[in-house]
Amino acid sequence: MPDVLVITEVVEGAPTAPSLEALAAARSLGATVHALLAGTGAADAAQAVVAHGADVVLHAPHEEPEAVIALGAEAARTAQPEWVLGPRDAFGGSVMPRLAFRLGAALAQDCIAVSAAGDGRLQATRPVYGGNALATVACNGRPAVASLRAKAYEALAPHPARTGSISAMEHDIEGIIMTRVVERAKDASEGPRLEDAKVIVSGGRGLGGQAAFDQLHELADLLGGAVGASRAACDAGWVPSTYQVGLTGKTVTPDLYVAVGISGASQHMAGCSGARDIVAINKDRGANIFEQARFGVAGDWQKVLPAFIDQLHEILGR
Amino acid sequence: MRIVVTAKQVIDPEMPLSAFQVDEAAKRVATPPNIAPVVNGFDEQAVEAALRIKEASGDVTVTVVAAGDSFAADVIKKPLAMGADELVLIEDPALDNSPDPLIVVDALAAAVGRLDDVALVLSGRQASDWDHAQVPLGLAEALGWPVVTVCRKVEVEGGSVRVERVLPDGYEIVEAPLPTVVTVSNELGNPRYPNMRGIMAAKRIEPTLWTLADLGVSPRTPAFELLALAKPAPRGVTEFISGEDDEDAGRKLALALREAKIL
Repeated sequence: MPDVLVITEVVEGAPTAPSLEALAAARSLGATVHALLAGTGAADAAQAVVAHGADVVLHAPHEEPEAVIALGAEAARTAQPEWVLGPRDAFGGSVMPRLAFRLGAALAQDCIAVSAAGDGRLQATRPVYGGNALATVACNGRPAVASLRAKAYEALAPHPARTGSISAMEHDIEGIIMTRVVERAKDASEGPRLEDAKVIVSGGRGLGGQAAFDQLHELADLLGGAVGASRAACDAGWVPSTYQVGLTGKTVTPDLYVAVGISGASQHMAGCSGARDIVAINKDRGANIFEQARFGVAGDWQKVLPAFIDQLHEILGR
Repeated sequence: MRIVVTAKQVIDPEMPLSAFQVDEAAKRVATPPNIAPVVNGFDEQAVEAALRIKEASGDVTVTVVAAGDSFAADVIKKPLAMGADELVLIEDPALDNSPDPLIVVDALAAAVGRLDDVALVLSGRQASDWDHAQVPLGLAEALGWPVVTVCRKVEVEGGSVRVERVLPDGYEIVEAPLPTVVTVSNELGNPRYPNMRGIMAAKRIEPTLWTLADLGVSPRTPAFELLALAKPAPRGVTEFISGEDDEDAGRKLALALREAKIL
């Protein structure tokens, strides 16, 4: 079987979840898995990454995209993998495409499945047109390079007894780094981030105003979730644009997505179609959101939602 | 100083989902004739970012470069109507809407090489058709320039660019020396609407037309072979919850979620 190289992000000594999922994807290909660990405390994460499925680990303490790309290209030259995989997240988004081009390939971006085609090429399935279509492509590049959508694969359970080779990667990054981060700030926010939330309560044009979002927040708090919104609600100024779920906003993958007063335009569905279950409340029974929902109530949200919340309080005992 | 903005003409992502059809045999999206194409939304935001820099620093020419196999003139001229100065169309049958970023990167890199005094390339963070989010990074690689992705604010100061890059839990301020490539995200804010003066001005601007041969670009083996294009399998039938009235339906919805072990 071919060798695979996985570009793995490490933050403060721990591999990130999307990177471990990419590692699981590599393992599923039945190959020898090389992992380049890049980031702060990369060396400390090496044993954990072996436990999660890597056979050969190279680590370097660099987090700058230019450095990771250079390291990745060198690791690919050394290991000669047939395939290079990585996560499709903020890290992978700034590393994987340029790495692919440096290796003479292009990137099969945001894949939900990768496999070996009959002719040995890497075959990848990826959502396109905002998730309204699925493309299956065979990669002509060697190595072929692909990034994996978050949660498309489940990280493997760690086996502490697994063994692998671990070595530090020396690379002179002097002169490679052209961009400079001068400041980094976290948004002040309570509760989980939209991208991490297991439950999302989202509101759209049908809510009619800003005040309605108080009820959405109440529901989200009750379920330990986060509040999102459609573009219409953001454009109307009812909530900040950081709430926006959709093609021009965030792509989310919660277990439960509750859509209130959202019609379900294709550009919105692009952001939430990765949810395990969608529940919709909308007065228009013909609304597109019901095409995708597991449960729906065709009714006036102002009446449906408070009763729904009250009943949930009772069920959940909180 | 010249700012190049890359723009792609795409199928309107705001069209009703019912109108979105895939011709699986042809492996193409079958666009209904009554749905006009649009300029990719993130690219309009890149145009907006360029115009803001022009307003702030004066001596800037904003040149929009689009690559494709054909263009709707009134659509692809929208960036001019917004206030961009020039339009370059790389029109070639080899640039049909197949998912091959390599040929697009080659074409754009050659076009940027042809233009004088390019200090900055601004691109949308991804196109709403193939969602590749990689041509700007490939372009930076081809040009040997830095690239900063997913930015919500772009300012040029002297010989460098200063951007606010969107992170999942916040932002970072990044500086890069010019020339550089920056990709722009929706957090930048809404692009301006063309006003009547802009629309009239755009009518008078003749786009520069280049083919791949003009640019000395010859197609290489595409990065991908498209094996299949299909609509995702439907999620199954929606179970509509109803009750004596809407309040009752709301209560029953909560019970149904519990019953289905969703909660």
